[in-house]
Amino acid sequence: MIRLDRVTKQFPGGTTAVDDLSLTAPTGKITVLVGPSGCGKTTTLRMINRMIEPTSGTITIDDQDVSALDAAELRRGIGYVIQHGGLFPHRTVERNVASVPLLLGHDKKKSIARARELLELVGIDPGLGRRYPSQLSGGQQQRVGVARALAADPPVMLMDEPFSAVDPVVREQLQDEFLRLQGELGKTIVLVTHDIDEAIKLGDHIAVLAVGGRLAQVASPHQLLTHPADTFVADFLGKDRGYRALGFDGAEVPLHHESTVVLRDGAITDPAPHDDPWTLVVDESGHPLGWASTDRLGQITASDELALGGTLARRDGSLRSALDAALSSPSRRGVVVDDSGTLVGTCRAHQVLSVIEEQERPEEERVPAHEGGEGGDDGLDPRAPR
Amino acid sequence: MDWILAHLDDIGRLTARHVVLAGVPLVLGLVISLGLGWVAHRVRGLRGIALTGSGLLYTIPSLALFVLMPLVLGTSILSPINVIVAMTLYTVALLVRTVVDGLDSVPPAARQAATAIGYGPARRFVGVELPLAVPVIAAGLRVASVSNVSIVSVASLVGVSQLGDLLVDGFNRAIGGELLAGTLGCIVLALVFDALIRLGERLLTPWLHTGREASA
Repeated sequence: MIRLDRVTKQFPGGTTAVDDLSLTAPTGKITVLVGPSGCGKTTTLRMINRMIEPTSGTITIDDQDVSALDAAELRRGIGYVIQHGGLFPHRTVERNVASVPLLLGHDKKKSIARARELLELVGIDPGLGRRYPSQLSGGQQQRVGVARALAADPPVMLMDEPFSAVDPVVREQLQDEFLRLQGELGKTIVLVTHDIDEAIKLGDHIAVLAVGGRLAQVASPHQLLTHPADTFVADFLGKDRGYRALGFDGAEVPLHHESTVVLRDGAITDPAPHDDPWTLVVDESGHPLGWASTDRLGQITASDELALGGTLARRDGSLRSALDAALSSPSRRGVVVDDSGTLVGTCRAHQVLSVIEEQERPEEERVPAHEGGEGGDDGLDPRAPR
Repeated sequence: MDWILAHLDDIGRLTARHVVLAGVPLVLGLVISLGLGWVAHRVRGLRGIALTGSGLLYTIPSLALFVLMPLVLGTSILSPINVIVAMTLYTVALLVRTVVDGLDSVPPAARQAATAIGYGPARRFVGVELPLAVPVIAAGLRVASVSNVSIVSVASLVGVSQLGDLLVDGFNRAIGGELLAGTLGCIVLALVFDALIRLGERLLTPWLHTGREASA
């Protein structure tokens, strides 16, 4: 657990970067610091591993005051990832990853072997280990940066805008893999971003900082979207808050049977007569391929001739994905699949909305609408729903 | 040409001395400059002093410095040590700025990453900053090496012999071949030094030459 207690940082010249910040980052969770430029989020991160010394206040990691430790030694025990990966251009990829183990005096052969394992873990072909960072793509460099941070198996990781230097498609991929990895490793992570969507996607807890280093709110992503503490947080969260909050609500939606046709060997088999203008096409194992207009069924020869715009919802997924599946489907029937991707039925937008309307808002009763801002030990609510 | 062929022994002996008198200060000067440059790079207040000081040093005429050395060092006036120390000072004068520039050229992300993952100042300098500063430092070293090869020839005037002797003697006695040998000798030596530094740079910076092995 990382605990910041009344931490303030004033830079020479009088700017207050961080103002009386108290915050707890629980063990094994991802705590996201998010806010606009100048809110002190990176300064806060760097105070944890003493790259910046606070003007006042204390920071502890597992009840150990960081200011009492040797700075370099402290940092070797904390994984650190920065934008672009921050790789050493003059070292090969595997040597980059092995940096911390070698600093710690570990055996060189073992360190390099471990580096190769880690490369594999973050999805880099270990065959690329002998290359130099400039020979990798931005996304690959970022992955190597994560591997390097993991090399000495530190319990704590600090990440400064780790995914912001890559294009949106790669970013989403990296975020998904990061969450998968965290699911396996359970590190205590503090991650800085200016992107509220990234914060909501990755954070178990989100600390929203305002300009001047004031803590505006600490909450779970769902709480943040449904109960922003003040107008600053509300503005920062942006639009579509109600819709985005549905992403955290899972509920049963009524499923309907959908009669389908099978696309096999370049032709629709058995194009049975159908009243509806749209027919769902599946493959032989029942995976949805797309929608076809019913009177053109006989002419379909390949899946890319189908209307592919509809998104798929998981049976146990969120209300947001169910609603989106219905809204994005040309037939307005949302395709719902199970974990293996097999069709289980379709859902209707009005029924999803009914579920939403009938749903009580349980968090109204459980937690106060306003929290955070004053700081203190209860800055984070460990009971916050995720 | 005849003169050159007839005096190959002398030319060889003088060339060897020239190599020592220009080369040893180059190495000593580099080592000293790395230390001074590191301090100047780290301590903001010393930076201006080091850069101005080293710049002023270079403006002292070489002959004056050669003559001054025995007084400061207590060496004999004909000792080659005078020349080596003086040439080392010139090298330092040129290289301190280069080393500071080289350290400035290290990408901030690499330096920060090194600090963040637990490099102390000394290990970071040797392991990260210095290797990344090699291209800039090598460029400065090439300038210093040419400058050394050229300035050392003035040492003939204080009785320390090297290829400059050929120039002085050839001029005094109006021997064209001797003048030519001295000039060519200096040029060839400068080119050899330059080639060696470039080779060293190349060996120290494999990451800058990865184009051909992209599929390796």
